[in-house]
Amino acid sequence: MLLQNTERGLFCSAGDFYIDPWKPVDFAVVTHAHSDHARWGSKHYLVSKIGEEIFRARLGPQANLQTLSFSESIARNGVKLSLHPAGHILGSAQIRVEFQGEVWVVSGDYKIESDNTCDAFEPIRCHTFVTESTFGLPIYKWSPQKEIFAEINEWWRDNQQKERTSVLFGYSLGKTQRLLAGLEGDIGPIFLHGAVANFIPAYQRAGVRFPAISVTKPENVRATRGKAMVIAPPSADNTPWLRKFGECSTAFASGWMQVRGTRRRRALDRGFALSDHVDWPGLMDTIKATGAEKIWATHGYTAPVVRWLRENGWDADAIKTEYEGESETEGEDLPETTEQNRED
Amino acid sequence: MQRFTKLFCELDQTTRTNEKVAVLENYFREAPPADAAWALAFLSGRTPPRVISTRNLWDWASVETGFPAWLMEECYESVGDLAEMLALLFQDSGGGTLLTLSQIVSERLLPIRELADISKRQLLVQTWRELNRPERLVWNKLITGEFRIGVSKTLVVRALANVAKVEPAIMAHRVLGKWQPTAEDFKQLLKPEGQSDFTARPYPFFLASPIEIKLKSGESIADEFGDVNDWQAEWKWDGIRAQLIHRAGETSIWSRGEEMVTDSFPELVNAGKFLSEGTVLDGEILAWRGDRPLIFGELQRRLGRKKVSDRTQRDFPIAFLAYDLLEKDGSDIRAESLEIRRTLLENVLEESAHRFASETPSEQTITQQSLALFTDETTESSNAFCLRLSPVLSVASWEELESIRSRARDEGVEGIMLKRRASSYGVGRPRGDWWKWKINPHVIDAVLIYAQRGHGRRANLYTDYTFGVWDKGELVPVAKAYSGLTDEEIRKVDHFVRKNSLEKHGPVRIVKPELVFELAFEAVLESTRHKSGIAVRFPRMNRWRHDKTPAEADTIENLRALTSSRPGLSIHELTHDT
Ligand SMILES: [Zn+2]
Ligand SMILES: [Zn+2]
Repeated sequence: MLLQNTERGLFCSAGDFYIDPWKPVDFAVVTHAHSDHARWGSKHYLVSKIGEEIFRARLGPQANLQTLSFSESIARNGVKLSLHPAGHILGSAQIRVEFQGEVWVVSGDYKIESDNTCDAFEPIRCHTFVTESTFGLPIYKWSPQKEIFAEINEWWRDNQQKERTSVLFGYSLGKTQRLLAGLEGDIGPIFLHGAVANFIPAYQRAGVRFPAISVTKPENVRATRGKAMVIAPPSADNTPWLRKFGECSTAFASGWMQVRGTRRRRALDRGFALSDHVDWPGLMDTIKATGAEKIWATHGYTAPVVRWLRENGWDADAIKTEYEGESETEGEDLPETTEQNRED
Repeated sequence: MQRFTKLFCELDQTTRTNEKVAVLENYFREAPPADAAWALAFLSGRTPPRVISTRNLWDWASVETGFPAWLMEECYESVGDLAEMLALLFQDSGGGTLLTLSQIVSERLLPIRELADISKRQLLVQTWRELNRPERLVWNKLITGEFRIGVSKTLVVRALANVAKVEPAIMAHRVLGKWQPTAEDFKQLLKPEGQSDFTARPYPFFLASPIEIKLKSGESIADEFGDVNDWQAEWKWDGIRAQLIHRAGETSIWSRGEEMVTDSFPELVNAGKFLSEGTVLDGEILAWRGDRPLIFGELQRRLGRKKVSDRTQRDFPIAFLAYDLLEKDGSDIRAESLEIRRTLLENVLEESAHRFASETPSEQTITQQSLALFTDETTESSNAFCLRLSPVLSVASWEELESIRSRARDEGVEGIMLKRRASSYGVGRPRGDWWKWKINPHVIDAVLIYAQRGHGRRANLYTDYTFGVWDKGELVPVAKAYSGLTDEEIRKVDHFVRKNSLEKHGPVRIVKPELVFELAFEAVLESTRHKSGIAVRFPRMNRWRHDKTPAEADTIENLRALTSSRPGLSIHELTHDT
């Protein structure tokens, strides 16, 4: 087999490299900069060119980064390696591995619907497709983001009428930027919690455009009570930091909000099922589009996805990864019950 | 259906009570009465029973969506709500229906029950295809007979009361009365206040404030409360606070929170007949046997019965412990001092007990007593007069009161009430005149050993826990608890349970004994129903003892040492297993 699942992660022995390893290795090819995929300590990293600055922030200034544009490919010991947009966050890539006519694609995390903050996903033909299955149940079918953003903006306007500050919780890398890009900046001022502001400049330098963002200085915070939109990490809920915004309406943007119970348990006013991951129909369509005969599923609902695929004629297996550990991840890979300490 | 679905979504999207009421008000104002009538029926708990068997529902949904049963089960695990799971499962959304709520009810929901399976399925599938996603959720809730949404009957009543501009208590009375979900009856419910509304109207309850300061000695309580003789002390009963109203030959019973509970207590309605016209008593309904209260769980079990049969009355005897008189001979006497009201109350109860004794035929007493020989001693109480006077605790000093309080647990009460003798009957919870002084709870450290999923909004989380303490090197279960943690903590425990399940037994997971919690509870009782031989009352989680290892948890001996020696108790914990 071209790739094997090892205790350090997916390994290509022919090319002598790992993909998204969770332990230090000599040569790591990394799909994207979420901390459950991009781990410290490897000697050498291969990442997407456009995501370089974010990878740098994640992996540290000393990390030995080699970058590759989406159109390029390199060869390692005769194994051809290329990166292709995954549509998940800025710089997220699927990794295509080709050796002696056999093609494998490792999707990393991906999302089908394109948005303004990263290159759009494209399915790649392959023999074996290693796919994520975070939301691998048919109850997860996303509404078009246009509709969700219309709801978010309407909620914001409605809160202004009731003189409440809108507080929208989302993770710092990926979700925050996507939210920002979808907000109508002329509705009112937008504030960012420090923990979600970090990656904004990197996105801007990569050419992503955002509405104007205010900084949370005490004097302008007071003046915008009841008008502003605040984007904050979920961990900021019920903290003193939030109190300075006066009366708030709270919401969470995440695929997990598809289920009412998830929102209600958090005692949030609203939940917006806006996800950066593939939904069930997207997963099935993508699998068909790759033409792959063999599927490996990782992340989330691997068991039902594998069983469904097998019942429908695929050669499918679940591979165990450590992405689902208790680490501080920032995506929405983990079911809501396991997401403590995902953010600082 | 559009408007009702919008109402459903709006209620679902706010956690604020006032907003919920406003949304409801809007709906009741704007919706055509024929629709509003059905909406009220559903919101006040009158959902038609399940119209399609669960089996059929799963099978037909499986065929319609193309997903096998095992995959639907996986989905159900994640959603925890059948109606919602089915609504989410459909990959295509219909355009939405133009039918009104009353049309959906009369053309789909009501007829579907009567149809043969083939046509039933056709109508169901046709409806599913027509409806959009939120409408489908509402529809599924209706057909599964599980129309519960995050809004209490009290809020619905408040909204209607605002629309009709009448007092909430009056609206509550009307809503509980006889009406059909028709436009005509709905309009009647909204009519202005009339004479007929008065009969059952309760007074606002006067509530006591808790005494929270740690009072160590007689001296410090004297500092706070002055002369002991200014105060009337009573037991704080552990039951349902209620007003018993006897007007225009009718008796009605209201619990706190504008809830009429008349139908649950026929023996009180019967006892009410012996009161004179225009009497309102304030007191507590308790599970009661002989001359003692039973634990609150007994009362709960009784309230859990849909129909209150003679048997229920015998098996779960109750009493009304009266401690105040609010209306006498049709006049509101709340402005009188407690001292005066107390004297009048004693007279009223004595008179009614006399009437009861003279008007209850003595043969009946004999028959019932002889019956008792063949059944058990429980019959005796159903023949007793169930209106009782809540006694005044006579004390000469604060020290004496404190020593009585320390005995409270053995008396089966929650603590002591202190009421200023000179005070009138107030409204709400103004501080100063009425105080409640509860017994301090017991606490122990116990280890989490089993977990089960919760209900309602917690259906997909492990929130119901069983705790054990050490007994000869083994952890034996002693308490179930499902409250006291923050949402954040619940998520963490849930995560722990999922990662550390040793075995699954049906819905119960046996978990690795690792987490220690401090449990608080009101009493420890001996129990033959429990393996450990004891049961604790009102257990709840006080805090998560991250600092303790399971080995440091308490032992069964520690718990036994707290056992109270109340005789004649039957033990039923306030948990799901009763
Ligand atoms: Zn990710
Ligand atoms: Zn991930």
